[in-house]
Amino acid sequence: MFGLAKKDANLLLIVAGLVMLAPFILNPFPGESAMAQFNAGYPDLMQRFVIFGIFAIGFNLLFGLTGYLSFGHAAFLGVGSYAGVWMMKLLTINVIPAILISTLVAGIFSIAIGYISLRRSGIYFSILTLAFAQMSFALAASVLTPITGGETGLQTALSDPRILDSASSGGNIPSPAIFGMEMRDSAELVLGGWTFTFNVGYYLCAVVMILAFYTAIRIFRSPFGLMLRAIKSNQQRLNYTGLNTRPYMLACFVISGMYAGLAGGLMVSMDPLAGAERMQWTASGEVVLMTILGGAGTLIGPVLGAGMIKYFENIFSKINESVLHQWFAFMPDGLEDVIVAMLYPFIGKGWHLTLGIVFMLVVIFLPGGLVEGGQRIGAMFKRKAKADDKSSANVEPAE
Amino acid sequence: MSNSNLTRRGVIKTGAVAGAGLTLPTYLNAAGHSGFTNAPTGSTVTLGFNVPQTGPYADEGADELRAFKLAVEHLNGGGDGGMLNTFSSKALEGNGILGKKVEYVTGDTQTKPDAARASARSMIEKDGAVMISGGSSSGVAVAVQALCQEAGIIFMAGLTHSNDTTGKDKKANGFRHFFNSYMTGAALAPVLGANFGNDRKAYHLTADYNWGYTTEEAVRTSTEAMGWETVAAVKTPLAQTDFSSYVAPVLNSGADVLVLNHYGGNMVNSLTSAVQFGLRAAQANGKNFEIVVPLYSRLMAKGAGKNVAGIFGSTGWHWSLTDEGSKAFVKSFGTKYGFPPSQAAHTCYVQTLLYADAVARGGSFNPCSVAEALEGFEFDGMGNGKTLYRAEDHQCIKDVLVVKGKENPENEFDLLEIVEVTPASQVTYDPSIFGGELGSCNPGA
Repeated sequence: MFGLAKKDANLLLIVAGLVMLAPFILNPFPGESAMAQFNAGYPDLMQRFVIFGIFAIGFNLLFGLTGYLSFGHAAFLGVGSYAGVWMMKLLTINVIPAILISTLVAGIFSIAIGYISLRRSGIYFSILTLAFAQMSFALAASVLTPITGGETGLQTALSDPRILDSASSGGNIPSPAIFGMEMRDSAELVLGGWTFTFNVGYYLCAVVMILAFYTAIRIFRSPFGLMLRAIKSNQQRLNYTGLNTRPYMLACFVISGMYAGLAGGLMVSMDPLAGAERMQWTASGEVVLMTILGGAGTLIGPVLGAGMIKYFENIFSKINESVLHQWFAFMPDGLEDVIVAMLYPFIGKGWHLTLGIVFMLVVIFLPGGLVEGGQRIGAMFKRKAKADDKSSANVEPAE
Repeated sequence: MSNSNLTRRGVIKTGAVAGAGLTLPTYLNAAGHSGFTNAPTGSTVTLGFNVPQTGPYADEGADELRAFKLAVEHLNGGGDGGMLNTFSSKALEGNGILGKKVEYVTGDTQTKPDAARASARSMIEKDGAVMISGGSSSGVAVAVQALCQEAGIIFMAGLTHSNDTTGKDKKANGFRHFFNSYMTGAALAPVLGANFGNDRKAYHLTADYNWGYTTEEAVRTSTEAMGWETVAAVKTPLAQTDFSSYVAPVLNSGADVLVLNHYGGNMVNSLTSAVQFGLRAAQANGKNFEIVVPLYSRLMAKGAGKNVAGIFGSTGWHWSLTDEGSKAFVKSFGTKYGFPPSQAAHTCYVQTLLYADAVARGGSFNPCSVAEALEGFEFDGMGNGKTLYRAEDHQCIKDVLVVKGKENPENEFDLLEIVEVTPASQVTYDPSIFGGELGSCNPGA
């Protein structure tokens, strides 16, 4: 189906199903219960899940297939964001041009950076990309302030030209929309204690993400993808056979950059503000973490990793001391304080610590990321199939 | 490509999925809710306190959060009532807001506009906050204010001192109690002239963002108007922690005054650096070298320790003020936390009470009703004397304090002495000078 093998088609359908039903899946606890703290089914976070999913899928096309670790991918996200906001300022508040142009601009930007960085491989490539990204960040934060808004960030304003739109009515800045439907609009479904929110912006992101995922599968399974894997396993040998690998690398780098630009464009379509810190090296590091956490080189891994990191960032960081006290209120006073004091460093602003521990555990015990964890659990339930599966699943590189 | 097998069944299936995907948004758009965003329905109302818990302004953020908790306690009738007793409006009765118990959620702005907006959005969308307050950076305030305007939520700015917040970037749903760079310049310049003379040469180090620019601009304009000369103005990155390379060239630049347009951790580091380089003891152009910090706070003075002695600056409020409102606030804050509040705490506490009062007087949580109640509202008893919430730009017009670091502090909180209380009339300005449009109030969905 869709030009995919059965296994891949099933994976695509599963992902599509999960993404479309996310408002239900992410809201398992009724609104009034104590566990509601862990609900993630609100538009902002759901949008972040899929947008960073797209970002990580794109990063994985480069890192997972060719093994080239780009440490400056956030630069493309940032460039895409700025391009998107400018489209909304100059052309129209409709998000379609913003998304298209941000993908395009990030693509052009990545041709420039890729052309230079790809002359080196390994650690030198990583350092070059990191340097370019930090350079973009520093430029955006200070010198390019007229274009990027500096540290305050670039936002839409009432006085923007927006030449394709009719004069705005009322005294408010129009909010991003797609053919009149505002990204912020939501429908709510109340079922007993549960409130499920279906947000226009989220479903736009979701559709784009499924398309991006589909494209990624096709690239993974194409002869082009095979060539990229060949580069990963031994680029030198490939060169000696008389094949020029550079065009393949550059194409892959640009595709990956365009994915990042697409994510940036979607991000500003949901919330029309682009800040320079989006390009900082920590943001580039984050997408590396997402991919490794989920499982580099797998199709679904980066999406899972992105979801996990964003969940920690948004949910764990909001549990504060008073929430902890509520949870353990049933305990005697002394014991309650001890337990709260023990847990406190791991929640709230300590969420980085928790994430760090999880990341270490995954890297040590599940080098293949969350996907490997899933496979191991899967293998426990179907021992029979394991024996003949083993030989084909672990294909060693030729070295 | 790899395996393309177009079948009738496949085409129908694809068509059905695509069709469903396309019609879904249309269906979603049909619904919606009436009134205004996050109208409180139960017996409680949720406020969102978005403060920096990490980054260079984390100290201010922590103090803001303490003030918010205190304000919520007082609104719900707990504690000793604090400024509710001295506030000139008596619409609040200590039974929450309009009889609804006040609850709050907190978030971390990380002093980054992106992160602050993400945190504010989750408060609005997940927790149903009807008002967002707090923040300790103008970049964040401008970004969150714009978000609140779009979402139809009231934004009560915390510590933000840039002219832009209620100037170029003002919004109908945003309100600021804190003073701004322009007022600092207007209040500080006469005092500097009287103490240092009118023929000084100034060197500016400026934090490289929105607030830094407007503060530098304001101080330059007002000091140059009385005869000072500006030798150089150097921008420093917000995330900078080591300022020695920026301070080193100052002494040989021909300047005899260093103006540090820095705040929070930035100022602590740059001032310490400047003192270590011996600038305080130095002579230049035959005069004593002086350092000026346009925006001062007790937390910064504490961080910089002895280095602040004799250094001039302005501040919005100080705990040693002796009016009834300040005394009541210092007392209840001190009783709860064991030390006096900072200016950040003061402005956040007052903003929360002012919001609650505006809801009570307007009789509704609707942002438009709140805005109407706040516009042109005159009040007293909140620590800064008679204050006006100006309708044209949603800026509070009130007295500004010019302060100086104490030479011999008696304890660790007694670090600043008030040199002059500049009356509101001297710092008032025409709201149209900064441009920008307020727009119209947005109640959301």
